[in-house]
Amino acid sequence: MMHARPAPPASAGAMNLIASLLEQRTGQQIAANRTWRIETALKPVLRELQLDTLDQLATRLVTDQKADIAEKVVDALLNQETSFFRDNGVLDMAVSALTAFQAENPQRRLRVWSAGCSTGQEPLSLAILAHEHDIKGGGMLPEIVATDISPAALDRARAGLYSQFEIQRGLPIRRMIDWFDGEGNEWTAKADLVRRVRFRKHNLVSDPPPPGKFDIVLCRNVLLYFSLALRRQVFETLAAALRPGGLLVLGAGETVIGQTDAFAPSDRYRGFYQRLDRNAAPQAPAEPTHRLPKATGIL
Amino acid sequence: MKTCLVVDDSKVIRKVARHILETLQFEVREAGDGREALDSCLASAPDVILLDWNMPVMSGMDFLRALKDSGLSQKPKVVFCTTENGMAYIRAAIEAGADEYVMKPFDRETLESKLQIVGVA
Ligand SMILES: C[S@@+](CC[C@H](N)C(=O)[O-])C[C@H]1O[C@@H](n2cnc3c(N)ncnc32)[C@H](O)[C@@H]1O
Repeated sequence: MMHARPAPPASAGAMNLIASLLEQRTGQQIAANRTWRIETALKPVLRELQLDTLDQLATRLVTDQKADIAEKVVDALLNQETSFFRDNGVLDMAVSALTAFQAENPQRRLRVWSAGCSTGQEPLSLAILAHEHDIKGGGMLPEIVATDISPAALDRARAGLYSQFEIQRGLPIRRMIDWFDGEGNEWTAKADLVRRVRFRKHNLVSDPPPPGKFDIVLCRNVLLYFSLALRRQVFETLAAALRPGGLLVLGAGETVIGQTDAFAPSDRYRGFYQRLDRNAAPQAPAEPTHRLPKATGIL
Repeated sequence: MKTCLVVDDSKVIRKVARHILETLQFEVREAGDGREALDSCLASAPDVILLDWNMPVMSGMDFLRALKDSGLSQKPKVVFCTTENGMAYIRAAIEAGADEYVMKPFDRETLESKLQIVGVA
């Protein structure tokens, strides 16, 4: 039990417990040299729960089975960094691919999945581009499904709420004028933009992909800190969500090479991966093939 | 090396902007009001201008109009950079010929992304 003394550094046990909670729930690993992130990221949670130390928090996690504490901890530890038109060239290329798909088969409505969409900047950027480029397969704008594991991030995405800092990052001013309202530190995406995206809660590690086949799946800057085994499993899930010939888009510096045979680098779209038509490809991953690390009792 | 002209009546803001721009490999020039900025442009046109709204002598808007009428053959890109953070101001600046708009306060990433959008970074 802690008394009113200066807080000692968190014990390795508490750190391990918190890190393994994160990995069990999300697949995200925290490298040993980055555990400082835990302390920084959890400060607001400690304050909210009126606790002084991570050891106390660890104790609460073990003794108090209320799911919302664990959920708060996990949410605070997730890296949700994103921006509008992040790696703009990549989004432009995704839209060129959609244009080409539309030319191949004008009758079909195109479908895009933004997996790990954080607070929504990526799918909203895509919706803006699809509008500007008049992508209208089957006479309709593409269906954009955007998913994330974080309920807090999804709430903000659905509300289309952005700070002055977020609204400025990467968003050209003309697009801001056309698609957003607000001033000062509160900006809101117009309802007409937000309704072009369907936001859903989804865990890449444990949930089957959203139903139906997609033409493009973006999963950028999500799998960086997954174990290799888990990344392989998620690539299977992403492959199952794509039609053969569909494209997978990862973050700058991420690759599938050496990790899956479901994809091959696209010749036409540099840096994108094409879903191969493997006979052995599972149609839908009924059961996750990889087990998450063993639960420590609190989960 | 690209040149950026920072136009702001606040010395502190000019210094902050200079620092950020130099880390982005810009050659930086400064002007304390619109009149000085116009002289500087006529002497040698920069690639981009970071322009404050409220300045003595010649406001940002007046400067934009004067720049339009100046007959400069190579028009620099103009990024408005102000504390006027409402949509009405933003629209007015764009209609007057600004290429981009940054609301203060901003950080390095924001400014860099705006300079990329106008094609100078
Ligand atoms: C760094 S953000 C990237 C956002 C956006 N894709 C981008 O590139 O700008 C990573 C997002 O992945 C989400 N995430 C992490 N693990 C996840 C999982 N197992 N299932 C679904 N989303 C996850 C996080 O909540 C976070 O919002």
